[in-house]
Amino acid sequence: MSGHLITVYVPRDAAALSLGADSVAAAIRAEAAKRELPVRIVRNGSRGMLWMEPLVEVETPAGRVAYGSVTADDVPSLFEAGFLSGGEHPLGQGPTEEIPYFKKQERLTFARCGIIDPLSVEDYRAHGGFRGLENALAMTREEIVKTVTDSGLRGRGGAGFPTGIKWNTVMQAQADEKFVCCNADEGDSGTFADRMIIEGDPFCLIEGMTIAAIAVGATSGYVYMRSEYPHATATLRQAIKLAYDEGWLGDNIHGTSRTFHLDVRVGAGAYICGEETAMLESLEGKRGMVRAKPPLPALEGLFGKPTVVNNVLSLCSVPIILDKGGEYYRDFGVGRSRGTLPFQLAGNLKHGGIVEKAFGITLHELLYDFGGGTISGRPIRAVQVGGPLGAYLPPAQFDLPKDYEAFAAQEAMVGHGGIVVFDDTVDMARQARFAMEFCVAESCGKCTPCRIGSTRGMETLDKIIAGKNVDANLTLLADLCEVMVDGSLCAMGGMTPYPVRSAVKHFPEDFRRGVPAVRVTHIAAE
Amino acid sequence: MNACQPWSVERARTIVADNRHLRGALLPILHALQEEFGYIDEQAIPLLAGELNLSRADVHGVVSFYHEFRREKPGRHVIKVCRAEACQAMGANALVDHIKAKLQVDFHHTTADGVFTLEQVFCLGNCALSPAVMVDENLYGRVTPARFDAIAAETAHPTPRPTAHMGAHKERAQ
Repeated sequence: MSGHLITVYVPRDAAALSLGADSVAAAIRAEAAKRELPVRIVRNGSRGMLWMEPLVEVETPAGRVAYGSVTADDVPSLFEAGFLSGGEHPLGQGPTEEIPYFKKQERLTFARCGIIDPLSVEDYRAHGGFRGLENALAMTREEIVKTVTDSGLRGRGGAGFPTGIKWNTVMQAQADEKFVCCNADEGDSGTFADRMIIEGDPFCLIEGMTIAAIAVGATSGYVYMRSEYPHATATLRQAIKLAYDEGWLGDNIHGTSRTFHLDVRVGAGAYICGEETAMLESLEGKRGMVRAKPPLPALEGLFGKPTVVNNVLSLCSVPIILDKGGEYYRDFGVGRSRGTLPFQLAGNLKHGGIVEKAFGITLHELLYDFGGGTISGRPIRAVQVGGPLGAYLPPAQFDLPKDYEAFAAQEAMVGHGGIVVFDDTVDMARQARFAMEFCVAESCGKCTPCRIGSTRGMETLDKIIAGKNVDANLTLLADLCEVMVDGSLCAMGGMTPYPVRSAVKHFPEDFRRGVPAVRVTHIAAE
Repeated sequence: MNACQPWSVERARTIVADNRHLRGALLPILHALQEEFGYIDEQAIPLLAGELNLSRADVHGVVSFYHEFRREKPGRHVIKVCRAEACQAMGANALVDHIKAKLQVDFHHTTADGVFTLEQVFCLGNCALSPAVMVDENLYGRVTPARFDAIAAETAHPTPRPTAHMGAHKERAQ
């Protein structure tokens, strides 16, 4: 082995840490010292192939070479196999960028995640970082907003509202102060893209928020983080400090007249604070109670001032749009769903992780071509898309293209791109009950359909599961769901019925398990 | 390990003074108090009301709204088990049953020896590596009952040398 410094990447992403990445990094450092080999360890973000974490990469003259599912115990044998020059080993995956799961993706938002050192401004710039902001600094507000509007970017938090139109409303509002708030309260089960990009490429979010601020004339901003994400919060705080140190945040950004101050706030375990008006209340230091709309936050948002509220992935898509132009981004996707979405494959899947693809990909491709089917080896029975308020879909609907309108037509939603897979051991009546139970725990309590409806829904489902008056109770449940959908103030109560209704519709047999067999025949005959 | 300090009005006042310049200061202050003392003491309610010019009902309303804020001193370690859908798909319900039986506590309670407080959470963002558990600020994935037992044993009585493949312990000596 020659004396030149070899770079080894060991992710610092929380998912990698959850399988022992810190111990692997420590073992590599110790083994290299023992063997007197010059090794530099970079703690990168994750490439998103989470089933292979910790995924260790070595920089070789032929590019980065990957070793998957590495434990600290494997480290001596990796050194023996000459992994520092890309040597063969049972854990070897070959060149990282040639792994099909990675190679088949269209990475725009996650272009740098897993590749760079997340806390190196130099590395960020070397990979195209801050080019979008530099362009924005030379543009008028109207030009920036037009570029984002032209890109077709829609809110990635779930609602899918066109980002450029929202920005235009805030830009035109007259006020002594405006805000940009990033909703990083990623509470949907099965979603982790916000966490991953904040841990793996935090400057991308800072750049996107700064561009938004310049466009609408805001001077302050907040990122609302979850208390369940301590690693992401720590990384973002460090990145913000570095951005201030290097003149990318604060007064007179890079010698211009623009000013933007950014701070991090942490929620306290309330799912409802992912709803934008509840988040604003929480940022103001209050209970996370949903506000009635109008007024729109774009006109009366944080502290009553015009406020842009965008999801992490929306804001992280902005730098590349300003770098390469609205048309470049719009050329990806289908119909009115333009660009790419980082889909998150979760639950019972062999190959869980991030798959960033243009809209229009089908669930089938995501579940089988990328996901590889279930990890349990049993057939997939149900898939919940779009978080805990999203519908459960049966295999018959897996050919549905991922597109906001196509999904909405099925009472499903693309949402934040989360996809949770269940095998055939799942009891869908229990999943429906859980949807109501979750709403009981997380409702802010402001409106009656959500606050009381969820409790009554849970009780009714308990009766159905116990086989009591199943037909009458299913009718009651359908009625209750209708009231919640039509009468709730926000999506919490308004969409909790989606998983419930879809479970009843697509998996009716699970709601009759409590009914004696004779009775089932009787009902079937009716 | 929660290196919590015993409740002190003087210390609480200092924390308020350090944070009161923040806009929407109540949540950051509550986080800072909980980090210092491990919970929000009853005496903190009138203190915060007075310092921030709020009613006691306002402060109580905020503290009680958020699941994260605790009203009683926790055990030395806080275990958060994810109960959300992705973890359910990988056996979280059985894991929850195992953990409750193993620790002999229900959610929101502390073990008799004061070592662990057990909490439920909905999503730790580790949904591709379910089921997920967080102990203090260390995240664990693919947690089977056996792996949980090993994590709990290691947390309660850490082995003197660095553990080989336990999980997300922060590296202390770099």
